[in-house]
Amino acid sequence: MNCREKSPWIVHFNCNSCNGCDIEFLACLTPIYDVERFGIVHVGNPKHADILVVSGAVNHRNVRVLKNVYEQMPSPKAVVALGACGATGGIMADCYNVLGGVNQVIPVDVLVPGCPPRPEAIMDGILQAARLLNVHQKDRHAGAEVRLTLQPVSEPEKV
Amino acid sequence: MIMIDPVITALLAIFAVPFIGAFLVGLDRKLTARMQSRIGPPLLQPIYDVIKLLHKEPIVVNRVQIIYAGLHLIFMVLCVVLLALGQDMLMALFILAFSTISLILGGMSVRSPYSRIGSQREIMQMLSYEPILILMLVGIYLINDSFMARDILASGKPLLLSLPLIFPAFLMVMAIKLQKSPFDFSTSHHGHQEIIKGITLEYSGPFLAILEITHWYEIFLLFFIITMFWATSIPVGLLIAAVCFFCEILLDNIMARLTWPWMLRFMWTVALGLAVTNVLWLYI
Repeated sequence: MNCREKSPWIVHFNCNSCNGCDIEFLACLTPIYDVERFGIVHVGNPKHADILVVSGAVNHRNVRVLKNVYEQMPSPKAVVALGACGATGGIMADCYNVLGGVNQVIPVDVLVPGCPPRPEAIMDGILQAARLLNVHQKDRHAGAEVRLTLQPVSEPEKV
Repeated sequence: MIMIDPVITALLAIFAVPFIGAFLVGLDRKLTARMQSRIGPPLLQPIYDVIKLLHKEPIVVNRVQIIYAGLHLIFMVLCVVLLALGQDMLMALFILAFSTISLILGGMSVRSPYSRIGSQREIMQMLSYEPILILMLVGIYLINDSFMARDILASGKPLLLSLPLIFPAFLMVMAIKLQKSPFDFSTSHHGHQEIIKGITLEYSGPFLAILEITHWYEIFLLFFIITMFWATSIPVGLLIAAVCFFCEILLDNIMARLTWPWMLRFMWTVALGLAVTNVLWLYI
């Protein structure tokens, strides 16, 4: 269905980010970049959202919150991880409290590289994730949907 | 519209109205974007949004809330049908209030504090605009000796000439109902991350789509009232409605959101003052 690609509503979750990615993400909403022309709306509510945009590395304090936000989103849903920290933990990867990239905790569909990524790259990532929503809907009908258990995760191996 | 068979009119009111409402919302978003020097979403964006929402997974917080969302839609449709058939306007107004009360009760029926704050804001809005709508109908009754919409149309008297002060008051009510700044305290079109979205917080997927479709009916209802009753000929009425539509969007973009005590004070002094003066003038 085409309508799903044309109206991806996003919710943004800041996982311990340095705010670099967040500033670049918010720049997408300004008149210069204007993401609303793609039908993208920044809703602050996971229950209304289709795409979860996560910035920053996951740590022990916010892993439960991140899982909770992901679980509250109705299917089909997709996840976009912003920046080096969202991908692997980046510069924070060796910190004692950091678990690593977002994909250690929830299934990530699109990784947007950069430190911080440019707004154009972020918009491209969100639109690629929007195209994946149809794939997720098919998976859901096939019974292959990812469901999380809200248990604390064990610490992954450090790279 | 009233000359046609009532069944056809009712069916038209039920099935054609949401598309007109969606078109108006799309136009609103496009115009707002142009005023903010953005390109803006496509004109059919509201329809894409609702089709997407209807195909999402239904997550139910509690069943009572879903029933209230349904009642919100049903009462709104009933109100549009009643007006399209030329029935009692007072009755239509009470049914409109029922529809809003369903939305408030839906927001109140969940435990989320944000949802409840949103509902309380909606109550404040209702408290602000209901007296003005009632006074508008009192004024209409004083002119036509009838609450029936078809009698008002048949009388051939333009309301704009006899209710000149109630018209701006009605525009303020419209700004509240259309969720425009400075009156957008619950469910604004902007500021999705703020507490103003509280009342829709716990609705998701298809149930959010129901609220959106109800809003389309509501928008049509307001512009229908403006087109049909304020002038005698429909082209003039459409022109007035178009000017009002543009002015509401302009108001939305040039004003900041103020506080709800301000709205209550403003509506109960300026708007209510205008309406009461007009009614007193008609009475004397």
